[in-house]
Amino acid sequence: MCTTCGCSADEPASITLPGQPARPLVVSGAPQKQFRVLERNVLHKNDQAAAHNRQHFDSSQVLAINLVSSPGSGKTTLLEKTILALKEQVPVYVIEGDQQTMQDANRIQATGAPVVQVNTGNGCHLDADMVHRALHALHPAAQSILVIENVGNLVCPALFDLGETYRVVVMSVTEGDDKPLKYPNMFESAHLCIINKTDLLPYVDFKVEQAKEYALRVNHRLQFIELSATKGAGMENWLNWLKQEQAALIPVN
Amino acid sequence: MHELSIALTIVEIAEEEVKKAGLTSVGKIVLEIGNLAGVETEALAFAWQEAVKQTVLEKAEYLVEHTTGSARCLSCNSAFELAFIYDCCPCCGGFRKELLQGKEIRIKSLEIL
Repeated sequence: MCTTCGCSADEPASITLPGQPARPLVVSGAPQKQFRVLERNVLHKNDQAAAHNRQHFDSSQVLAINLVSSPGSGKTTLLEKTILALKEQVPVYVIEGDQQTMQDANRIQATGAPVVQVNTGNGCHLDADMVHRALHALHPAAQSILVIENVGNLVCPALFDLGETYRVVVMSVTEGDDKPLKYPNMFESAHLCIINKTDLLPYVDFKVEQAKEYALRVNHRLQFIELSATKGAGMENWLNWLKQEQAALIPVN
Repeated sequence: MHELSIALTIVEIAEEEVKKAGLTSVGKIVLEIGNLAGVETEALAFAWQEAVKQTVLEKAEYLVEHTTGSARCLSCNSAFELAFIYDCCPCCGGFRKELLQGKEIRIKSLEIL
């Protein structure tokens, strides 16, 4: 209320033109230019969707692995061998991320594991909402392992939390052992690093200890497993790690 | 090219804020990007030109403030600045560190018209 004369400043002015229907025009003050301090995290929406996925994984005791690497490091072969080795012991579900094609989903389906393919089109990474939608198609069972094979790319997927329990980065010995320094964001955000294709070590210049030392400069908490998915050497360590981490999610009572 | 996703997300946030204010466009936007965030400001500027077309940000002045990375050394406890995630502590040479700053990807402010 106006303190000068007691009129109500809250009532909008009503203006009627002669000859017009008796419909009052409401004139309110034009909106003013506004300065907004936002301090808003640009990835907030993705992080919220990731938190939602994580809550779902936690409540159903699903071990969710976000498997990341450059293209050609052997993620899909590793996954095929993992499913075949584990399928009698623990159910494994797969979300396949690629820009195009059903190739990888078809390979996984041949192992007998339930799989959905997410094609990102021109997108270079999976995001938490894509995973959320994939989960509604896949319905992973409680106390299972879900592997999300991300788009082969060591750059972009680093920034997008999917709600995973662990991020596992695969590097193969046919790549440079300085990958962790060249793509530090991915190695900094990973929990476990798999060094794959170790059967090829005699033929390449890759130095395992050097690669680990570089990776630890970026992330001193990073753990390592060396293996050859095609020949089987070291696979036991990886399979045991998965089983232990899955079992750790189930409360002891 | 995750910079395009980032630019498109910024457009989405700006559209929401403009709508909330009952106005029509953005005059100026200030972003904060940390030097360890994994975002290339040149790639973002390139993606920006396409992402803002026919949106409330089309004519907006676009400013990026850079935040310098910093960390605390877990071996000797000193705080130091980082140009790269793999930098070591300048006091003790150790690599065990906790990042304190530098991964920001934020919209600091908007001037809505």
